[in-house]
This record gives sequence, structure tokens and C-alpha cells, in this order.
Amino acid sequence: MTAEEWQIVWFTAWVSALSTVIILPFGLALAWVLARRDWPGKSIVETFVTLPLVMPPVATGLILLKLFGRRGALGGFLHDQLHLDVIFTWRAVLLALSVMSMPLLVRAARVAFEEVNPRLEQIARTLGAGGLRVFFTVTLPLAARGVIGGMLLAFARALGEFGATIMVAGNIPGKTSTLSLAIFENVQLGDDPRAFRLLGVSVILAFTAVWCSEFFLRRKKP
Amino acid sequence: MSLLLKNISLPLADFTLEVEVEMHRHVTAIFGPSGAGKTSLLDLIAGLRAARSAFIQLDGNVLTDSAKHFFVAPHQRGIGYVPQDLALFPHLSVRRNLLYGRKSGGANDPAFRFEHVAEVLEIQPLVARGVTELSGGEKQRVALARALLASPRLLLLDEPLASLDAPLKAKIIPYLARVRDEFRIPMLCVTHDRFEALALADEIVVLQDGKVRQTGLVSEVFTRPANAEVARLVAVETLQPGTIMGVNDGLATVSVNRITLTALAPAAGSREVFVCIRGEDVILQRDPTVTSSVRNRLSARVVALCPEGALVRVELDAGFPLFALVTRAACTELALRAGETITALIKAPGIHLVPR
Repeated sequence: MTAEEWQIVWFTAWVSALSTVIILPFGLALAWVLARRDWPGKSIVETFVTLPLVMPPVATGLILLKLFGRRGALGGFLHDQLHLDVIFTWRAVLLALSVMSMPLLVRAARVAFEEVNPRLEQIARTLGAGGLRVFFTVTLPLAARGVIGGMLLAFARALGEFGATIMVAGNIPGKTSTLSLAIFENVQLGDDPRAFRLLGVSVILAFTAVWCSEFFLRRKKP
Repeated sequence: MSLLLKNISLPLADFTLEVEVEMHRHVTAIFGPSGAGKTSLLDLIAGLRAARSAFIQLDGNVLTDSAKHFFVAPHQRGIGYVPQDLALFPHLSVRRNLLYGRKSGGANDPAFRFEHVAEVLEIQPLVARGVTELSGGEKQRVALARALLASPRLLLLDEPLASLDAPLKAKIIPYLARVRDEFRIPMLCVTHDRFEALALADEIVVLQDGKVRQTGLVSEVFTRPANAEVARLVAVETLQPGTIMGVNDGLATVSVNRITLTALAPAAGSREVFVCIRGEDVILQRDPTVTSSVRNRLSARVVALCPEGALVRVELDAGFPLFALVTRAACTELALRAGETITALIKAPGIHLVPR
């Protein structure tokens, strides 16, 4: 493996991990609200949360491109107010990975929260604990396995993301090139040995992440 | 304690919980069959669910006033709650469970010192264990201790004994009684077991289908149920339709299935009555010739014997179905067997007539 190849591996693993960390607070909050609250229109939010999972990733990428482009609603604001450009930078990779992997985290965490007996939370409140303390001392510890499993799934999904990434971040060597993008590019260029080396790394990374997530999602405490 | 529940209205699956009641005694039992809305009522008091309308006031402090959209959050009510499933935190040790409700600093009521609570409930040897290593009775005591250690001003107990078998029940009742007497903490105890109510409570609220059927002192409600429904609920064992044949000197002569009984005459009402006899008030005797002060002596055939904890429920045929509750020892001494004939004695005040 060349230095350039290692850079691609590190960049991919690092951005995937960062995206998982970034979506964690939002994903958990959303999962908790979906698990514990009812409101009119909840099913619409549920559908939106799942949408990136079933829509063509390229389509999701196009939406992000339009939103975060300099003339897009959010991209314009970020450029004018914060002098922050997103599209075709590493931030775009982070954005694409976050959006694409969020549904997996939300779904796993939601199931985990729903499995926590609400009576435990209620009784914790009668013992004087406010909502946040109940969440961090009762709900989250009891749902920890499901949440960690969901994080690993989200991480694994981010590792392999292709369609949305190429739309918003392009494939700029040394800047936005991820494992999937590099594999595709090398096959196109006919550099098969290189593609296979990167393929091997992807398989190892993905296998480890999914194997760990299975471990956390399946094995329940007695 | 004074707990005021006014204008409570909460739609449940099969009926609407509608309650209007004041409780003033130290220990009140909320008594009723399962599905009567008892747990929902506790949840409302603890602030764990919102009603369509409710006014709840504890010792002069308003906790819920739906008309003014006023609602004290459950963690600020200071109401301890031991639910039926106990809700011990499975991921925490017994010690961390116990300390969950402790306030930091010196904000805890000195009456609920850790050592004292642990001593009263005998939980010191359990403290280092995990929750899953506890037996049913131990879990019960830990849940009770956890609620007390949060220094509550009112303790809600939901069916504290329902999940325990008879011998364990007998062991836990003294602990509940000790908590009641040691800490002088007002308790509201949901139960469908009249023995539990009798053992623990001063006052009883009979709840059925979401409505309060009767309130009063326990002994009063059990011996003088307001109507046949309450009589059936408080499980007065014998409940038979009868007709008052005559009243003389405050004593009524009642005919039940052509058997004549003497009972205290009801204050007023129709000649058609329900005759209520509690199992404890029926005395069984072998020798029919012994004379005594008892007004009613009936020759009865033993139909069946059914053990109920320390007691045996004896089903008799005295011309009408009659149930007696006797201790196991008495049952053995009398050598009761199905099919035998025996004398059943019932004092006149032991027969309660409810107009029908």
C-alpha cells in the first residue's frame, strides 16, 4: 500500500467516525422523541427519517448539492455569514456520510429506547430525578447496547457511502476521495491491483464494524 | 395527611375514571377489583399521567389543577411510589438503587436516615448485591426502602403484596406495618385483597369501574357495605337475597330460602334485603346441644374445604350457601370433612342486611 492509499483509508475511517459522533446527539434526540412521544404528523417525520435509506443515494446527494451549494438556501447562508464553503470540500463528505447513516442510528436507537420499560423512567421521576437525569441514568444505560449497535451500523454505512458523496464532494484526490470513490476510480482507470488492495481494506473495516454491531444488537443482558 | 381529589375525570379503555374523594387518615386503602382504575388513580396523584380534568391537593399544596393549567412535575411532588412491578433499576446495584432518590447535601429528612431505613426493612445484607440476585420479598423491601430514602411526604403502594405467595405475604405485611408506624408516613395502598386492607389501612375507598362506591373506616365498610355491589367487592363471603318477616326490639327476622335468621334491623328501607355474612363471623361447632348466646344456629352440611393461607374457607349448605373462614388448626381439631353435618353459629350483629 502506498502513502496515497493509506491517506484514503485514514480519511475515510476518520470522516466516517466523525460523522457518527456528530449525528449521535441529534439521532438520539430524534429516536427518543419517536419512541416516547406522540404528536399529529409523527408518521411524516418517521418517513423523512427513513427516506435517505431508500432513496437513490445520488438523489439525496443532488438535494444536498442544491441545498448547500453557494446559491442554495443553507450553502448561501454559510458562505455569506461564516465564509464556509461546503460543496467539494471534506465538509461535504462529512455532510453526505452524516445524512446517509443517520437513519440507521435513529432506527436502532428508537427500538432500544422502546424496549426500556417506561415504568422505570416514571418511578425514577417520583424519586426526584428530572427528565435529563432520567434519560442519562436510566434510559440511556438500559438502551446502551442498541445505541452502540446502531452507531457501529451507521459507521459501517458511512464507510461505504458512494452516491451522495460523489454528488456533493466530487472525487478530489487527497481532499475528498474516500475508499468507495477510489475503488471506482481505479477500476475505471484499469488499475486493478490498487482497486483490490482498497477493496480488501474496505472488507476488513466493514466486517469488523458489522460484526461488532451484531454483537451489541443481538446479545441482550439477562 | 389530607389528600383531596376533586373533579377527576380520566377516560380509560372501558370506562371513565371519575373520582371525588377526601382522605384524611394515616393509611388509606384504595380497594377494588382489577381493572377498576386503581393504578391510574395512583399515577394521577404521582403526576405520571394527565387527566382530562383534575384537582389534586396534598396537605394544602395544590399539585394538579387542570382548570388553571397548573401541574407540579412528578419529580417535584415528593410523592414516593412503589409500583406493582417494583421497577427496580436492573442496571444498578441494590446500593445505587437505594441511593437514587437521595438528595445531595443535607436536604434529606433526618427521619429517613439510611441506616434507620435499612434497619427497619432489614436490607443491610442485600446492599452489595445486584438487583437480579434478590428474591421476591427482598425486592419488595428494597423498592420500599428506595422510595422512603427519597424522603417522601406521601407513599403510594400499588398492590404491594399481589405478586407474592401467601407465606411471603405474611412476612411482608409486618414490614409494611413497621414502615407505617416507624416513619409516620401517610400511605395510600392500592389493593384488591381485603386482608391486606384490614391489616394496613384505617380508611378505605372502594373503587369499581372508575367510580367511588363507598368510603369510610375499614371496619365500617367491611361490616356495613353501602350496597350489595360493595358487599360483593369487599368479599363478604355470603350474600343471599332475603325477606324481612318482622322487626321486634331492633332485631329483624329474615327468611333466606325458608331458613329463618335473626339480625340487627336496618335503619330503613324495603323488606327485600341482601343478607351479608362475613366468613369470620361464622362459628363452627361439633356438639349441637351446647347452649350459647348466639342467636342463629344452623344445621349445615360441609360441601367443600378450600385452604386460603393460614385460613380455610369452608363451604356449607345451610339451606342456602354459607361460607365460614376458620383457622387451619380449628379445621384439624374439628376434623372437618366434606359431606359431614355440623352446626354453624352466627351472632345477630354478624348478619348485615343491605336493602335491595
